[in-house]
Amino acid sequence: MTNMNMVEAVNSAIDTMLSKDEDVIMFGEDVGYFGGVFRTSDGLQEKHGKHRVFDSPLSEGGIAATAFGMGINGLRPVVEIQFADYIFPAYDQIVNEMAKVRHRSGGEFWCPVTIRTPAGGGIRGGHHHSQSPESQFTHTPGLKVVYCSTPYNAKGLLISAIEDNDPVIFFEPKRCYRGPFYGDPHNVPTWSGHPEAEVPESHYKIPLGEARLAMEGDSCTVISWGAMVHVCERAIKDSGVSCDLIDLQTLVPWDMEAVVKSVAKTGRCVIVHEAPKTSGFGAEMAASIQERCFWNLESPIERVTGWDTPFPHTTEWDYMPGPDRVIAAIVRTQED
Amino acid sequence: MSGGNGVDPLYVPDAPHRPGDEADFTEWPWSPGDLGRPEIDCDASETVDLAEGLVRVLGDDNKTSGDWDPKLSPEVLIQGLEHMMRLRIFDDRMMKMQRTGKLSFYMRSFGEEAVAIAQTMALEERDWLFPTYRQPGAQFVRNRDMVSMICHCIGNEMDNVKGRQMPVHYTYKEGRFISVSSPVGTQFSQAVGVALASNYKGLDEVTITWIGDGASAEGDYHYALNFASIFQAPVILNVVNNQWAISTHKNFASKNGNFAVRGIPYGIPSIRVDGNDFLALYSVTSWARDRASKGFGPTHIEVLTYRAGAHSSSDDPSRYRPSDIHNYWPGGDPITRLSEHLKQIGKWSDKQHQELSEKIDSEVMAAYKEAVKFGDLANGPYPSSDAIFTEVYEEPPWHLIEQWDEMKKWRDS
Repeated sequence: MTNMNMVEAVNSAIDTMLSKDEDVIMFGEDVGYFGGVFRTSDGLQEKHGKHRVFDSPLSEGGIAATAFGMGINGLRPVVEIQFADYIFPAYDQIVNEMAKVRHRSGGEFWCPVTIRTPAGGGIRGGHHHSQSPESQFTHTPGLKVVYCSTPYNAKGLLISAIEDNDPVIFFEPKRCYRGPFYGDPHNVPTWSGHPEAEVPESHYKIPLGEARLAMEGDSCTVISWGAMVHVCERAIKDSGVSCDLIDLQTLVPWDMEAVVKSVAKTGRCVIVHEAPKTSGFGAEMAASIQERCFWNLESPIERVTGWDTPFPHTTEWDYMPGPDRVIAAIVRTQED
Repeated sequence: MSGGNGVDPLYVPDAPHRPGDEADFTEWPWSPGDLGRPEIDCDASETVDLAEGLVRVLGDDNKTSGDWDPKLSPEVLIQGLEHMMRLRIFDDRMMKMQRTGKLSFYMRSFGEEAVAIAQTMALEERDWLFPTYRQPGAQFVRNRDMVSMICHCIGNEMDNVKGRQMPVHYTYKEGRFISVSSPVGTQFSQAVGVALASNYKGLDEVTITWIGDGASAEGDYHYALNFASIFQAPVILNVVNNQWAISTHKNFASKNGNFAVRGIPYGIPSIRVDGNDFLALYSVTSWARDRASKGFGPTHIEVLTYRAGAHSSSDDPSRYRPSDIHNYWPGGDPITRLSEHLKQIGKWSDKQHQELSEKIDSEVMAAYKEAVKFGDLANGPYPSSDAIFTEVYEEPPWHLIEQWDEMKKWRDS
């Protein structure tokens, strides 16, 4: 085990897969010689050769389309979209092409592409470097959608994504690249010493579709993903309420069993995400939970989310859900 | 993975210079006066030599020559020089503010100051500008108040876009400078729409837009060329080839290294111009404006220049290119070249240059001090976070009002 931050863990996952499988290649904007604007591919071109780790033209649509072609012809491309906000020129290729090729070709072609992309706010990125567009992909049949939250799950989930034979959209919470984010912008620790930053150097997998029980309790189920997992951890500790904290990890397919089991136990549920509320993945969770756990519920399901507005630049801390809003929601679920 | 013939199975280009390499730009084969200035109603096919060559006016001897000499008065040239110097000094001050935490982020135009300034000066005030983040200098030409620019970059109470955008993503409607967007390339095809709207309304307005060499790989670039050509839009389409898109060299955007020629098969007259030659830029842009204004449609221009600085305050170019490489660029420095020309014609001196530089420096300092009175990023005050909810729609719908009330509860508690 080595202490790694999330950038190093992502790098280690790609490195591991490049070493293990010669069909794995990686490309994207600035990922080759430079090693990526967030350094996630640092050193990989030098180690594995520039025909396996390389820069691409600035064309997200071209990156996705080329990965599609390589994927249906036997390679296993791992591509980077530099910011999730920039994924939309690739949307047609992802939604209409990658997601549907297995189905439309009667199973004769499939597309084992992994699209990695840093997402989420908290870096003063304004509305074009802060969005968390997961629900724009969870609404597309044929795609798997993953959102990591720690160095350990980043590596294990990314290896699973790369080895998966379906296209996977892999969101990395950029706010947590170098440390867990507990909601206080003035006090962001590093990953050093964090138990979830102890990462094996070797190959390991966290299965897609399995949630992580990050905290265990009896009185409320808090469900989250990405950077908000750490905000929830802080909120639960400060709330004094005994909670299960479910880090969903994979959004499609999500771990229904873990969620139902927890809500059946606690009877109360708070869903937290930083993406806007309307049609956010929290809406899907809430609907599914009431379908399956209606008679177990003791209080309404709460959602704590980003507002239905673009992500601001200067005033981002009035946008991002913080521990106080989560605590209030947890407390509301405890009222009779 | 080898193809069995010992050849790499996948060809990937490289940049010509990496850290530790010696800069060895080949000398330009193009001289001022090489290329003629065609009639404005010319066909794209008549511009092949202009697209394959390089329009220059200022020679290495700092003298002007050739058909493209715009024969500008010394007053106009000094005005251009002053705008460029102002932009460079302004950029340096903003970068210092970024380094001391007073701005979240910054992007300089270092080495490319002539581009937006000469081109905007060549237009009419009613013409529309649809820039990238590397053309803020156009605002000086359109008389934007520097305090207001700094307030935007800080995102303080006086920011006209209310703390919503990252620094350098200016909006200045009064100067017909359209809002800058981070996703690269989007403005290029939108500009065609702006131009066609002017056309539809029967107005003599031209639209100018810019895109980087890197972003010319985006679909938007090709949409723009096709729509502009099909509908004969009064638009000037510039590819600013500054050689770099963050760490990605232009070899990843063009196999043969020439962007200008791409306009010709679209049926658009196309020119490549020395982007550090103020006079050549001015002249080519005037020609393109004249064409657009008289109903001859779009012009496609490659502006050949060099990004002398980092992509942004988040970038460290010494990781991917020699750190002093811009000093070897055959096009030199746009400010030095124009100032040397003015000296050559006896209209400028080192003393005047120094005095102007000091005057601008104190102007910028004064503007900075004025701007921070309205708040800086480290200490505030910030614009009201009510601005998160306003102007999302023309009128906020019920669900936004509900969330707005909730935000206020948390903010004010």
